[in-house]
Amino acid sequence: MSTLVGTDDSAPQGHLWRLFSGQLRRDLLAAVRAPGELVNPLMFYLIGIALFPMGVGPGPNTLALIAAGVLWVLALLAILLAMDGMFRRDYDDGTLEQFNLHMQPLFVGVLAKTLAHWLMTGLPLTLIAPLAALWLYLPSHAVGTLMLTLLLGTPVLSLLGGMGAALTVSLRRGGLLLALMILPLYVPVLIMGAGAITVVTDGLDPAAQIKWLAAILALACTLVPFATAAALRIGMEQ
Amino acid sequence: MVATLTSAPESTPLLLDAQRLFCERDGRVLFTDLDIQLLPGDLVELRGPNGSGKTTLLRALAGLNPDFEGGLTLSERLLYQGHRVGLNLLLTPLENLNWYQTLQHLPSDRITLEAALAAVGLAGYDDTPCHRLSAGQQRRVLLARLHLHLAPGGALLWLLDEPLTALDTAGAEVLRGLLVARIDSGGAVLCATHQGLGLTQSRLLDLGAVRL
Repeated sequence: MSTLVGTDDSAPQGHLWRLFSGQLRRDLLAAVRAPGELVNPLMFYLIGIALFPMGVGPGPNTLALIAAGVLWVLALLAILLAMDGMFRRDYDDGTLEQFNLHMQPLFVGVLAKTLAHWLMTGLPLTLIAPLAALWLYLPSHAVGTLMLTLLLGTPVLSLLGGMGAALTVSLRRGGLLLALMILPLYVPVLIMGAGAITVVTDGLDPAAQIKWLAAILALACTLVPFATAAALRIGMEQ
Repeated sequence: MVATLTSAPESTPLLLDAQRLFCERDGRVLFTDLDIQLLPGDLVELRGPNGSGKTTLLRALAGLNPDFEGGLTLSERLLYQGHRVGLNLLLTPLENLNWYQTLQHLPSDRITLEAALAAVGLAGYDDTPCHRLSAGQQRRVLLARLHLHLAPGGALLWLLDEPLTALDTAGAEVLRGLLVARIDSGGAVLCATHQGLGLTQSRLLDLGAVRL
């Protein structure tokens, strides 16, 4: 519909880096100024984990059996809970308009926002996971694998979740819709992540699952920011 | 229902050329056969009652709303300032401007930023989080953005939606100064307003007048 004549010359790489780091710095700064939002997903994770010993009984054998699945499912839900906030504040205060109009290329800004979001959710979650593992009697030799799979898997969750958050940003009550859209996409990460831990507790080598997770992460890093940028354009037009 | 706003000379490059714009929302025609051409030095006030499509038109021109028909050519990168302030309230004016400058490829150094804040009467508020500023002061941070765009390399075409909102008389005076500076230095401004800018240079485009 509209044509843009004689605009930007091709952006040099230093310029892309400036856009990326500027956006990252801004998002991290804003996140640090509202620390309550940082703590929420972590509290949700710990409380959710704590419900299981109460629900299925505190027997070490039962808990150890379900530990891998529970640790990963709750990580997935905790990240999902935080996902809606990725673009929400920016949308409400109008910064997302400026971001959409002037961030060129848009995927660089999206990548920076996703990284900031992961640094504030996925990374701390990975770091407190050993504590949660302790409550569920996960064998201590599996804790390293748990952290490694979360380190590889949670960025994928943030990337995919960002895509859903971008699509639902203009909906007032997008939370549930976001969960319905994104949860099915989380399945491969869940299978590989929980699978690796189960394999380790069985005394086998989890290399295959971990390499799969790494491959999924590489693929998601490369492709999803473009999809999110497109989703953001669509989401903003509502 | 035809509205045209055209400046004649062919030789000067148009900053904005919109032809036969048509937009319909919820079964109501907001504007049809609307031609807008902006040359360097043009200052156009967009008038019209609530719901007459001022914001829709500005968003369409800015590229934020593809829901219209017609030809649109923009020969310059533009500045769009909508209803929503576009400030992160957790950050200080300085941090907000710093982000904006990076986004807009404007020179970003602290001295330029502080000068811009001082020029709009916000000297001394550099490090106050925006949520502690009054509504009018927040709008003044937007004026500082306009001020930054006056530097070489800034956007020549400004699309502003109700920039007078919440501004006091001194703030409005600062805004007028910025608008005049832009059109005097080869830019053009299209500005939706109810109050009227009170500038002799401005022409009117009334969306209400083209309604039955």
